[in-house]
Amino acid sequence: MTISDRLGLADRLRALDDRRVQLVTRPRQWWNGLPKPVQWVAFGAFAVLLVLLPILDPPILSTPDSDFPTVLFIVGVYCLAALGLNIVVGLAGLLDLGYVGFYAVGAYSVAVFGSPSSQLATAYPWLVCVPIAIALAMVAGVILGAPTLRLRGDYLAIVTLGFGEIVRLTALNSGVLGGAAGISDVPAPPGELADGSRLFGVIDAKPYYWLALGLIFVIVAASRNLERSRVGRAWLAIREDEDAAELMGVPTFKFKLWAFAMGAAVGGLAGAVFAGQQGFINPESFIIQLSILFLAAVVVGGAGNRLGVVVGAILVAYLPERFRELAEYRILVFGLALIVMSVFRPQGLLPSRRRAVELAARQDQVEAGVNV
Amino acid sequence: VQFLLDNFWDLSVTGLTQGAIYALIALGYTLVYGVLRLINFAHSEVFVTGTFASIFVLHAFGLGSDDPVPSAGMVVLYIAAAAVGAMVASAATALVVERVAYRPLRRRNAPPLVFLISAIGASFAISEAFGVLVDRNNVRVPNLIEPQTQFHLFGASVNNRQLLIVAAAIVMMLCLDQFIRRTRLGRGIRAVSQDPDSAALMGVNKDRVIALTFILGGLMAGGAAVLYDLQFGVTRFNAGFVLGIKAFTAAVLGGIGNLRGALLGGLLLGLMENYGSAIIGSEWRDVVAFVFLIVVLMFRPTGILGESLGKARA
Repeated sequence: MTISDRLGLADRLRALDDRRVQLVTRPRQWWNGLPKPVQWVAFGAFAVLLVLLPILDPPILSTPDSDFPTVLFIVGVYCLAALGLNIVVGLAGLLDLGYVGFYAVGAYSVAVFGSPSSQLATAYPWLVCVPIAIALAMVAGVILGAPTLRLRGDYLAIVTLGFGEIVRLTALNSGVLGGAAGISDVPAPPGELADGSRLFGVIDAKPYYWLALGLIFVIVAASRNLERSRVGRAWLAIREDEDAAELMGVPTFKFKLWAFAMGAAVGGLAGAVFAGQQGFINPESFIIQLSILFLAAVVVGGAGNRLGVVVGAILVAYLPERFRELAEYRILVFGLALIVMSVFRPQGLLPSRRRAVELAARQDQVEAGVNV
Repeated sequence: VQFLLDNFWDLSVTGLTQGAIYALIALGYTLVYGVLRLINFAHSEVFVTGTFASIFVLHAFGLGSDDPVPSAGMVVLYIAAAAVGAMVASAATALVVERVAYRPLRRRNAPPLVFLISAIGASFAISEAFGVLVDRNNVRVPNLIEPQTQFHLFGASVNNRQLLIVAAAIVMMLCLDQFIRRTRLGRGIRAVSQDPDSAALMGVNKDRVIALTFILGGLMAGGAAVLYDLQFGVTRFNAGFVLGIKAFTAAVLGGIGNLRGALLGGLLLGLMENYGSAIIGSEWRDVVAFVFLIVVLMFRPTGILGESLGKARA
C-alpha cells in the first residue's frame, strides 16, 4: 500500500468520523437550544410515556413470547446495574469484570435477611433488607477494592472476574446461602391495593417495572450530580491519567475505593430489586456471563455517558427477549453484533462528550502516524 | 489436612497434569498480551475449536466414541493426526479472530476497553456457533488411551496418559521458547513487545508479527486441546469459558507477557487447586484458585516472575 493510498483511507475515515460525531452532537445542540419550559414538557411527556409503556403494550415493541411488563422490569434492572457499573468503568476507568458479584450480594442479602425459609430466619421486610443489601454490597466493594485497587488495568480485570466467581461459588457451596437449591420466599416490596391484595404481587410485573423506573431516575440524577462533584472530577482525572492525578494531589487510591463502593452500592440495589421480584434466587442467576453483559451494556452504549449506558442496557437486555423466536441464534447474533459495534462505533452509540473528544484526538494520532 | 498429607504425591501428579494444560493455554494469552497489551478474551474459543477439530479428525478416521482402544502404533498415528488437525484449526481460528475482531480496531486506534468488548463478542459468537452447528451437549472423544500405571513416584502412581500430557506440554513449551529466543521471527516478536514503534521503524512488519503471535498462541492452544480431549474424554461448546479464565489466571499469576511465567503459573495453579480442594473439598476448587491469585498479586503486583516477554530474553 502506498503512502497516498493510506492518506486517502485516512481522509475517508476522518469524514466518516466527522459524520458520526455530528450525528450525535447535532440533536444535542438542538435540544440545548430549546427553551427551558419546552425541554421540561418534552421530558415530562417522555417520562409519562415510559410509565405507561407496559399498559400501552405497543405492538412492535411488545415481546410476543414473554410477558412484556416482566421484560420491561428486567430491562430496568439491567439499566440500574449498568448505571452502577458505569461509575466504576465509565467514570473512574477501572475495568471490573466481576460486577455480578455485587449484584449477587445485594440479592442474597435480601433473601437471607428477608426470607422466613432462610436459616437466619430474621424475616425482615423488604424495605429493611434493601439498606442492608446496599451496605453489604458496599462492604464487599471495599473488601475487594482495598487489596486489589493498587493493581492496574488487566490485573484488576482478572482479579474482579475471580471475585465474581468466588461470590457465586460461595453461594453455591454454603448451606446458609441455600446452596444450589437457592432461597425461596424472598420478600416483595410493601404496599396494598384497594381490594386488599398485594401491590407487588406474583403475577403482575407492572409495579416492579415502575419501581425500577423510579429508581433509574433517582440513580441517573444522583450519578449526574456525583459526576459534577469533587469526587466525580477526581474520578475523571484518574481515568484520564492516574499518575498525573496523583501528582496533582488527588488521593487516587481513596477515590478509586469510593468508585468501587458507590458502584457496588448501585449493583446491590439492583440485585435487591431483582430478588424482590423473583421471590426466589439461586446461584444460576449470577453467572459470570452476566457481568460481561453488564460491561457490554456500558461500553456499547458509550462509557461515561449515563444516557448512553441506559440505551446500551436496553439493547443488551431487550433485544434477546424481543427476538426469542431466534432463540438458537440470539447469542451468536449478539456476539457478532458486539464485534460489528466495536469496529464501527468504538466510542459507543452515545459517547460522552469528553470521550468523543478523546477519540477524535486518537484519530488524529493515527493520521499523524503515531501509534499508541 | 491429613488427607492432603496422605495423598500429597498423588495430588501433585494430577495437579501437574492439569497445570500443564493450563500452562499451554496460558501461553496464548501471554504471547498476545506481550505484543498487543490486551487480553485476548476469545482465546478460550481458539482452544475449544481445537478440541472439536481433533474429534472431527478422529471421526474422519472412522473412530467412534464407543470403539475399543486401537493398537499402539495406530494410537500414535491417530494422536499425531488429531494434534495436527487441532493445531491447524486453532491457529486458523486465532488468525481469523485477529483479522476480524482486532485488526480493524487497531487501524482506528480504539481504546483498550473496546478491544475487550470485540473479543468478548468473538468469544460468544464462536462458542455459540459450535453450540448451534455441532451440539449443545457433551461431545465424546473416541477412546485412545487406557490409563495404565507406568511407575510410582514417591508412592504416587503415574499413568501413561499423565506422562504423555506433561511430556507433550513441556516439549511444546521448549519448542516455543527456542523459537522466540533463536529465530528471526522470534526476534521480531520480542522487538515488537519491547517497543512497537521502534520495531516498526527498524523495519519489523508489525502486522505480520502480530498475526504470527496469534498463530503461535493458536498452535499451543491446539496442542492443549488434544491433551484435554485425551484427559477428559468429552468436550462442550462452552468448555472453554472456565478453562480460559483459569488459563488467564495462570498467565497473570506467573507474570503476564512472560512465557516462563505462564509455565510456572499454570503448574502452580494446577498444584494449588488440587491441594486446596483436598483440604476444604473439591467444590471449592475454583475459589482456591482465585483466592490464591489475589493473595499472590497482593505481594507481587505483576505476577511471580514479572512482565517481561521483551525485557528478559525469553
